[in-house]
Amino acid sequence: MTAADPATDPATSSAPHPRTARRADFCVTALAETFRGDGEILANPIGPLPRVAGRLARATFEPDLLFLERDVFLAGPDGRIEGWNPYRRMFDVVWSGRRHVVMGASQLDRYGNQNLAAIGPDPHRPARQLLGFRGAPGNTINHPTSYWVSRHSPRVFVEKVDLVCGIGYDRAAELGAEAARFHEIRRVVTDLAVLDFRTPDHRMRLVSVHPGVEIEQVRQATGFELVLEGEVPPTPTPDGATLALLDELDPEGARFTEVRA
Amino acid sequence: MTSPAGAPARKAPRDKSITPAGIVARLRDGMTIGIGGWGSRRKPMALVREILRSDLRDLTLVSYGGPDVGMLCAAGKVRELVFAFVSLDVIALEPYFRQAREAGAIGTRELDEGMMLLGLQAAAWRLPFLPTRAGLGTDLFRLDPGLRTVRSPYPGPLGGHEELVAVPALHLDAAIVHLHRCDPSGNGVLLDDDPYFDPLFLEAARDRYVTCEELVGPGELLAAGDFRHLAVSRHLVDGVAVTPGGAHPTLCPPYRPRDVAHLKEYADSAARPEGWPGYARRWLPDTEAAYQGQFPAGVENGTERSPG
Repeated sequence: MTAADPATDPATSSAPHPRTARRADFCVTALAETFRGDGEILANPIGPLPRVAGRLARATFEPDLLFLERDVFLAGPDGRIEGWNPYRRMFDVVWSGRRHVVMGASQLDRYGNQNLAAIGPDPHRPARQLLGFRGAPGNTINHPTSYWVSRHSPRVFVEKVDLVCGIGYDRAAELGAEAARFHEIRRVVTDLAVLDFRTPDHRMRLVSVHPGVEIEQVRQATGFELVLEGEVPPTPTPDGATLALLDELDPEGARFTEVRA
Repeated sequence: MTSPAGAPARKAPRDKSITPAGIVARLRDGMTIGIGGWGSRRKPMALVREILRSDLRDLTLVSYGGPDVGMLCAAGKVRELVFAFVSLDVIALEPYFRQAREAGAIGTRELDEGMMLLGLQAAAWRLPFLPTRAGLGTDLFRLDPGLRTVRSPYPGPLGGHEELVAVPALHLDAAIVHLHRCDPSGNGVLLDDDPYFDPLFLEAARDRYVTCEELVGPGELLAAGDFRHLAVSRHLVDGVAVTPGGAHPTLCPPYRPRDVAHLKEYADSAARPEGWPGYARRWLPDTEAAYQGQFPAGVENGTERSPG
C-alpha cells in the first residue's frame, strides 16, 4: 500500500461542504480505499455502490486503474473505450492476478470465507438456492478480493458459512504458503462499518464504524466475536470536495439505492 | 461427375443445413448437452424450445446457465446439471432452477466459472484434465468427492511442489449454440460484443449444432462484419439451422434486445399456482413460428444489461 498523497487524498483535502455526507457516502469512500496502491490492474467492483467507489478511487488516488463498462469494454474516465475484455479473456486477467474484485456475500465468516451458492445444511437440496459458486473460488485464490455487504446482519456474518465459495484465511493457511501466496481478503465494507483481517491469526477486525453507528450495534449485527483493538475510530468523513466529486461520478445517486438511512 | 467440357466438376463443402426438429431428432435420452451463451445472453432458445416439445429426458446439461437451464429443469428434462451459476441477469436468481434445486429434483456438479472453461478446454484438447488454482480450499471438493488435485512435478518459487486442482475434461455428447450469420457448411459469424464460450462448447462436443439468425450463401458470410467476426469454422459444425429470433427472450444484438418484460413474465409465472404448466400453455405453442409471432421483431422490450 502506498502512502496517502495529501494533494489527492479525498479524506484530507479541504473544501467547503455543499451538503452533509450520507451513510452511502461513507461506504463509498471506505470502499474506494480498498483500491489504494493497486496501480494498473483491473478494478472490478460488482454492484452499483461498489462501482461508484471504483470510479472515486480512479478519479482521485489510483488514476491507472482499469475499469469495465458494459460488461466487456475497458473504458477511461470519460467513457471512451480503451480495451476489449470478453468473458473468456477475463480468466486470463483473473489467473494472472491483475485484478481486484469487490464481491457481495450471502454469508461471511470470521476468517473471510464467503458463500453465495446456497443456504442450508444439505447442499444437494438447499433450503435456499442462490447463484452458485460463480467465480469466487478462482478470484479468492488468485488476486485481492474485498467484500461489500449492504445489510450488515447476523444472517450474513455467521459463525460458519454453509458453503465455502470464496476462501478465507483459515482455508488459505491449510493450503500452505506456496499454494495460497496470491490470496488476500483486503477489506470488508458494510452499511455499518469497515472490517479487515489484519490480526495475528487473520480473524476479522472492526476497523471503524460509520458516523452515527454504535460499536455495540455492529457487534449485535455480527454472528461471531469481532476483534476490537483499542479505540475503534469513526470511518473518515468525506470532505466537501469528495462529496462534490461523488455527485459528479454518480449523478443518478445509484449509491443511495443500496443503503438504508 | 464431369462438366460438359469433360473437366472434373468442382465440389463445394457439404451442405449441413437442417431444421431445429431435425437437430433434436439426433439427440438421445441421457446425453450430456452443452449449451452456449451466458446467463440470459444469446442462448439457443429455439432449440431449447424444440427440446421442450420433444420426449427427450434424463439429460445432463453443461451451461453458463440462464432460462435455458430453468425451462429444461421445469419441464423435467434434466437429470444432472453441471454449473457455476444460473441467472437471468436482470433478475438475479433463476426461479425454476431454484425450485428444482430446493425440491432436490436434479443432480448437480458445481464448478467455478473458470473451472468450467478448463473442463471444456481439456475435452477440446483431448486431455484428461487441466490444472488450476481455482477451487483450492473451497467446498467444491466436499460437493464432488470425485474431484482431485494434482501435484506439480516442478518446484515452485518457494521450493515446494504445488497441489493444484485437476479439472476433469467435460466431454459433451452434443453442443448447441446460437450465432448470427452462418453459411450452409457451418461457418459462423458473430456481430455482438462477446463470443462467450460458444466456440469452446463446439470444440468439446462430439455432435455440434448451431442455429443462426440468418443463413447466407458462402460468398455472403462477411457481407456484415469482417474476418474478425468469424467465430466458428465449419469443421466444428455438424448441422446448421436458421431460427430468426431464436435467442428470444435472451440478449442477441444487433438482431434483438433482451426481452426484459418477457423474462419478468417468465419469472413471475414461477410464483403462480399454475407454475410452469401455466407458462408453457400460455407462451409455448406447438411451432417456433407461432412462438415468434407473439413477439414481433423490432419491438423494443428493453435493452438492460447487468454486470457479469
